[in-house]
Amino acid sequence: MSALLSTRALSKSFAGLRAVHEVDFDLAPGEIRALIGPNGAGKTTFVSMLIGRIAPTSGTIEFDGRDITRLPAHARVALGMAYTFQITSVFARLDVAENVALAARRRLGRDRAAVARETEAALERVGLGQYGAALAGDLSYGHQRLLEVAMGLAQRPRLLILDEPTQGLADSEIAGFNALIRDLAAETTILLIEHNMDVVMELADRITVLNFGEVLAEGTPAEIHASAAVQTAYLGTGADA
Amino acid sequence: MSARVFALHGGLIAVLLALHFLLPVYHHGNFARVMVLACYAIGYNVLFGYTGLLSLGHAMFFAAGMYGMGLPLHYLGIGAELAFLAGLASAALLALVVGLLALRTVGVAFMIVTLMFSEAVYLTILLAGRWTRGDEGLVLARPERVFLGLDLSNPDIRYLVALGLFALCLVGTLWLVRQPSGRVLIAIRENEERAQLLGYDIFRHKLAAVVISGTISGAAGAAYGLMFGYVGASFAEVQYSIFPLLWVLLGGAGTIIGPFFGVLFMFYLIDLSSGLTSAYMLIAGVALVLLTLFAPQGLAGELRRRWVRWLP
Repeated sequence: MSALLSTRALSKSFAGLRAVHEVDFDLAPGEIRALIGPNGAGKTTFVSMLIGRIAPTSGTIEFDGRDITRLPAHARVALGMAYTFQITSVFARLDVAENVALAARRRLGRDRAAVARETEAALERVGLGQYGAALAGDLSYGHQRLLEVAMGLAQRPRLLILDEPTQGLADSEIAGFNALIRDLAAETTILLIEHNMDVVMELADRITVLNFGEVLAEGTPAEIHASAAVQTAYLGTGADA
Repeated sequence: MSARVFALHGGLIAVLLALHFLLPVYHHGNFARVMVLACYAIGYNVLFGYTGLLSLGHAMFFAAGMYGMGLPLHYLGIGAELAFLAGLASAALLALVVGLLALRTVGVAFMIVTLMFSEAVYLTILLAGRWTRGDEGLVLARPERVFLGLDLSNPDIRYLVALGLFALCLVGTLWLVRQPSGRVLIAIRENEERAQLLGYDIFRHKLAAVVISGTISGAAGAAYGLMFGYVGASFAEVQYSIFPLLWVLLGGAGTIIGPFFGVLFMFYLIDLSSGLTSAYMLIAGVALVLLTLFAPQGLAGELRRRWVRWLP
């Protein structure tokens, strides 16, 4: 199996606290993988190491067969990884279209027409087509989340890491979001960190469960749902998701 | 949108050209000085207003341009044109070295490191007093100040050359901030981590901003020395690092026309209040406090916030 992204014995300690411990992780191209786990399980620490926001204490990360463990974040993005923030991190004082254009421009450079096309397409796709001229900071929280996704799309990444993308979205928005992600899966590999189990069960091809910084279980949604260990650690005993 | 931007900035240059024929002698001289200092403010604004890096040591770049021009002109007689280029090169080189070192720090540490480097440059100028003549400075003789056949000691020529340089800086930075790489500088100012995770090399962009900012500041320093015939250590003092910060804050950080209005406002504020009382800095201080309270984004910044959102 040739994984798009894999980690070996990836670990991170903060002053002796083992946030992530010897995680081996493989992500196949074209997959939608969900990463779940209770609060403090190390999910955000793990993906922060993947994208290069923090350096691992030990272990390696490979992207497309290349060791990227020591590459700075911007170089990883240039290789085709994209990351949307858990806590919305848009350019609040710039307009919505410029936010997305910044994402598109690194790839498309000076070709203004192509950047404009890409920006418009990404905004249309997440349903923010009519908000291009608004200031990003003036958008509702849910719309800012969608703007994050549009910024991810405009980079045309090979791997899109979405850190809790549905947090704060209304139910009606979540339905649209699910459709969007399924649609995207044809073009890119998706790693989804998500709390909303309905979203996870509906979208994910496979699920990895982290607990206390270690991989507790991995499998299809049905397998994870049936797993006694996961029930105990995460879903709550006997609870139906 | 482009037409409005073109009209506004072209209009400012046209008005300044018209003022050349209209202004009385005293104000004509003031405006020439204001335009050169506005170039310095524009250079500072590239780093502070557009990239979001607050330097407290820009006097070193202004002085590097001034001495880089003045010393070879005075001692080697290389001619004003080459001397001007030497000034630019000195400022650019200094900015590159200072940028490589100072950009390892952020925030308050960056302010302090730039302040310290600038003090080191100031002390170096004093220590090299044998050549720089320290506080006393060098007076450039009239024949030395002929630039491309233009006698810069002539007030009319001086005004027009200052206008030319100002127009170049204004249009150049307007072009810069509309370039993809200029947009990245704004993105760094707004949210550095996000910009990095869009795939932009933050350090490289910041370094470029320091070098561009330092070089424009150096151009202003070299031009100031040539136009007013004096190269002195006082221009490397800490107050010349504070001035561009005040000008840009007053005029509007992160606006293209703001720096000019900041310099103009403060120049005449001090000019008028010193005519009233010897405690003129008190009046200037009160005016600055009022402006900060009621127009915290500066003159052009406030204009943009309230009425003209398209202002670049």
